[in-house]
Amino acid sequence: MAAIVSFIRPLGGLLPPRSSRFARLFQAVALPLAGLGVFLLLWSFAAGRIDTSLGQFPDPSMVWEQAVNLYDEHRASREKEAGFYARQEQRNAARLKVDPDYEPRIRPYTGPPTFLDQIVTSLLTVLSGFLVATLLAVPWGIAIGLSKTLHQAFNPLIQLFKPVSPLAWLPLVTMVVSAVYVSDDPTVPKSFLNSMITVTLCCLWPTVINTAMGVSSVNPDLVNVSRVLRLSTLDHVTKIVLPSAVPVIFTGLRISLGIAWMVLIAAEMLAQNPGLGKFVWDEFQNGSSNSLSRIMVAVIAIGLIGLGLDRIMLTLQRFVSWEKEQER
Amino acid sequence: MNDAVLELSRVSVEFSTERGPLKVLEDVDLSIRRGEFVSLIGHSGCGKSTVLNCIAGLVSATKGGVILEGREVTEPGPERSVVFQNHSLLPWLSVYDNVALAVNQVFRRTKSKQERAEWIEHNLELVQMTHASHLRPREISGGMAQRVGIARALAMQPKILLMDEPFGALDALTRAHLQDSLMEIHSNLNNTVIMVTHDVDEAVLLSDRIVMMSNGPAANIGQVLDVELPEERDRISLASDDNYNHCRHEVLQFLYEKQRKIETLGASASDQKPEDESLQEVSNY
Repeated sequence: MAAIVSFIRPLGGLLPPRSSRFARLFQAVALPLAGLGVFLLLWSFAAGRIDTSLGQFPDPSMVWEQAVNLYDEHRASREKEAGFYARQEQRNAARLKVDPDYEPRIRPYTGPPTFLDQIVTSLLTVLSGFLVATLLAVPWGIAIGLSKTLHQAFNPLIQLFKPVSPLAWLPLVTMVVSAVYVSDDPTVPKSFLNSMITVTLCCLWPTVINTAMGVSSVNPDLVNVSRVLRLSTLDHVTKIVLPSAVPVIFTGLRISLGIAWMVLIAAEMLAQNPGLGKFVWDEFQNGSSNSLSRIMVAVIAIGLIGLGLDRIMLTLQRFVSWEKEQER
Repeated sequence: MNDAVLELSRVSVEFSTERGPLKVLEDVDLSIRRGEFVSLIGHSGCGKSTVLNCIAGLVSATKGGVILEGREVTEPGPERSVVFQNHSLLPWLSVYDNVALAVNQVFRRTKSKQERAEWIEHNLELVQMTHASHLRPREISGGMAQRVGIARALAMQPKILLMDEPFGALDALTRAHLQDSLMEIHSNLNNTVIMVTHDVDEAVLLSDRIVMMSNGPAANIGQVLDVELPEERDRISLASDDNYNHCRHEVLQFLYEKQRKIETLGASASDQKPEDESLQEVSNY
C-alpha cells in the first residue's frame, strides 16, 4: 500500500501547489493558452467537416491567411492613394510652370474602403453614439435618481424601451434622418448619423438606470451629513451624490459601451452603412471562396475591439472610482 | 431654567407606516444646560435616536418642538452637529478633506483660507488623527474613523454636539480609549453634548445626567438621573466608587426591572428612521 501511495504522490506533484508564484503564473498564462489551444483544435476539426456552398468552412490557418491578405490589401490601397495624390501634384506642378495663374486643384481619392478603414469608421461611429448617449443618460439618470416624481414618471418608459432591438429602431431612424437632416453640404454623412442614433437609442438605458440607481441609493447617513452641513443643492449633487454614485454609473457605462458595439455591427449590416457590419455583409454577398474566412477575420476583430473597449472602460472606472475592489 | 441652551417641549413624533401611523414619542420634555453632558439610554426601539434626530432637525416633531437658544429648530444645521454611529465619512475623501468639507462649508465667509487650514489641523490634533490625515476612511480602523467623525463634528463649532451611539460599532478596548478621549475633549472645551447609548457603563462614566427612556411605542422619559461624580473621572478608580455603583444600579434597575423589554418577534419597527423605508425602494430597479 505504502508503495502505491509513494508512487502517486509525485504524480500529484506534477500539478504545482496552488500558493506558489509559479502556480499563479501557470494559472494566469498557461490555462488561458490551453483553453485557446483546445478551441483551435476543435475548430480545425469541425471546419474540415463542414462544407458550404461557398466551400469548406474556414479553419484557423485559412483565417490567418485572409487576415494577412486584408492587411496587404490595405497597404496596397494606401500606396495607390499616395501615388494618386503624388501624380496630381506632379501634374499641377508641371502645369504651374507653364501657366503661373493656374489654381492647382486636388481631387480626392475615391477607392473602396479597406478592412482597416471600416474598423476606423465603426470605432468613430460607436464612440460618438456612446458619447451622445452618455451626455443624455447621465443627467437624465441624475434627475430621475434625485426625484421620486420623475422616477415614477419615467420608469415605465425606460422599462419599455430598454429591451427594444436596434433593428426595430433602424427604419424609423433612417426615415427621420432623411426627412430632417437636409443639407447641401452635410458635415457628416447620413449613414453615419443613422448608425450613431441607433447606437445612442440602444445604449442609453443601462447608463440611465445605473445612474438613477446610484444617485438614489446614496447612503442615507451621507445625505444626513449633507443636511447638517446645509450644503446647497448643487454642492449636494457634486460633492455627495455624484462621487458616491460614480462606481455604479461607470458600471452602467461599461454595459452601455458593450451594447453600443454589438448594436452598431447589426445596424451597419442591416442598413448598409459603412463599417465592419457592412464589410461582413459585403463579403457575404460577394460569395467568393475566401468570403467565409474574411468574415471570420471580421468576427475576431469585432471580438478583440469589443474586449479592448471594455478594458479601457474598466481602466477608466478604476481610475475614477473610490471603491478599490472592482469586478473583472 | 434660564440657563437652558436647549429645550424639548412636549415633543411627539409620529411616522406613517403601511399599517397606519406609528407613534414613536409622546410628550417628551427635556431641558439641557450649557456645558452639560447628557446621555439618552433605553432599550432598542424606544425612540432615543428619534429624540436625537429631532434635536438635529433630521426628523421633525409632529407635535411640540425643539427650542435652541430661544429659537425653534426647523431644519438641520451645523450648530447642532451630529456624530453618526458608523462614522459617515465620505469614503472618496481623505481624512483631512472630510474635515475640510465641513470647515469650508461652515466657515467659508468668516475665516480666511489660512485660518480654515489651521482650524482643520487643530481639530484633527484634538482627536489625535493628524498622522493619518492623507488616508481614506477605508484605510483606517473603525475607531480612527470615529475619531475623525468627532473631529468633523467639533470642527463645526456646534452649540450642541449630538452623538448617536458613537461607539456602538467598536470593540470594547477601542471604545474605552475613545471614551477617555471624549472625556478629555469635553473637559477642555466644555461643549454641550447629548449622546444616545445603550451602554450603561458608558452613560454613567461620561454623563452629568442620564435620561432614561421608557419603552415604545409612544415612548417617554421614564426617569432622569443626576450623576454626582467629580468632573475628572477615572474608569479604574470608579469601579470601586459607591456613587458610581449606585448610579449604575439605578440605570440597570430602570432598564431591567421597571422597563423590562418583552421581546416579541419582528416588533421592533419603531426605531426605524423614515430613511430606511426609502432605501428599500431601490430594489425596484
